[in-house]
Amino acid sequence: MTQIAYHISDDLLDAYKLGSLPHPFAVVVATHLSLCDTCRARLEAEDVLGGVMLESLEGVALSADARAQVMAALDRSAPLRPVGPSGIFPAPLMQALDGQPPRWRMLGGGIRQQVISADKEGSLRLLYIPPGKAVPEHGHGGLELTLVLQGSFSDSAGRFKRGDVETADAATDHQPVADPGQPCICLAATDATLRFRSFLPRLLQPLFRI
Amino acid sequence: MEQDGVTDSPTDPMTEALLAVRDRRDRDAFARLFDHFAPRLKAMLLGSGLRDGSAEDIVQDVMLAVWHKAGQFDPHRAQAASWIYRIARNRKIDLARRKPLPLPETIEEPPDLEPDAEQILALRQEAALLREALTNLSSEQRTTIQKAFVEDLPYSQISQMTGLPLGTVKSRIRLGLDRLRHELRGLNR
Ligand SMILES: [Zn+2]
Ligand SMILES: [Zn+2]
Repeated sequence: MTQIAYHISDDLLDAYKLGSLPHPFAVVVATHLSLCDTCRARLEAEDVLGGVMLESLEGVALSADARAQVMAALDRSAPLRPVGPSGIFPAPLMQALDGQPPRWRMLGGGIRQQVISADKEGSLRLLYIPPGKAVPEHGHGGLELTLVLQGSFSDSAGRFKRGDVETADAATDHQPVADPGQPCICLAATDATLRFRSFLPRLLQPLFRI
Repeated sequence: MEQDGVTDSPTDPMTEALLAVRDRRDRDAFARLFDHFAPRLKAMLLGSGLRDGSAEDIVQDVMLAVWHKAGQFDPHRAQAASWIYRIARNRKIDLARRKPLPLPETIEEPPDLEPDAEQILALRQEAALLREALTNLSSEQRTTIQKAFVEDLPYSQISQMTGLPLGTVKSRIRLGLDRLRHELRGLNR
């Protein structure tokens, strides 16, 4: 396992844990957690406090037959097996893809993407960037999380490899370029439409829902 | 409340029961888990604003999930109380979300991995340290924290409300667990 250098911030991890993160970001966080033992340990450490607090509560009695009902249901209720991981795609991402491999759309210049979801909670998409190619220069209307799944990309903030997450916001102006070697595949979540700089991508924006 | 002064056994009694459910589908052990946790879970859910009927429904769902997900329980990563707490929290979160909260992939333990008593004990000691830190607070402070906890406030806010250096406790626990993870990783991979 390669060492992950770029993690989820405490604020985002808190929001994820409380269930208040919009869905596209929550998928990126869960996917990162599937690859990153450090962040998973941070989250589990807080559950230690949760467990201690739960233990310290004064119990409230359940109705008399509650236990019998649950015991009787143990064999009846078959658990659903969640979708598992596939290749470079961890389980929460495969679940977001409904268990299907990505269906890439060409964006030009060898760049491909699949929009997984786009609604008022934001957008979630997979990007495929050939070595040496750049994601069009863009600013951000809001928050953007980009998680690398294969290969790597570099920009002014650093070099991002499998498992690394780049967190960008309205103040960030960057131009990620895929490093030589394998094509870079990443998962990106945004909560507002990105403002692309060059003319052509802006024209393409409504068409491809970048 | 059951005392958990750390003894020479690495595993606390409820974690023991959960392991019996995991490994042997032991129904008596499950009944013990139910008797211990179901009333506490109900208290937690009522405290977070749910009404009696729905709190009880969720407790039943959570306990069923404990039975079905027991195979995913790893005593190196959590005690029964933390693990069950997380299932309950996620269940409650899902009721409020349009789509269920995406969860991280389960880490599969190699089937022949011997339990590492030292790590399981260290986890129990971390919990005991935290419990002790909480016991040393005034009862007023403790009540505030407990209230914030059942009302689902983030820990940062709990810390603000009480002026307690909860962050210190938290980071100490994090450090301890991070250390454990590193050791565990060396063992697993
Ligand atoms: Zn991380
Ligand atoms: Zn960006």
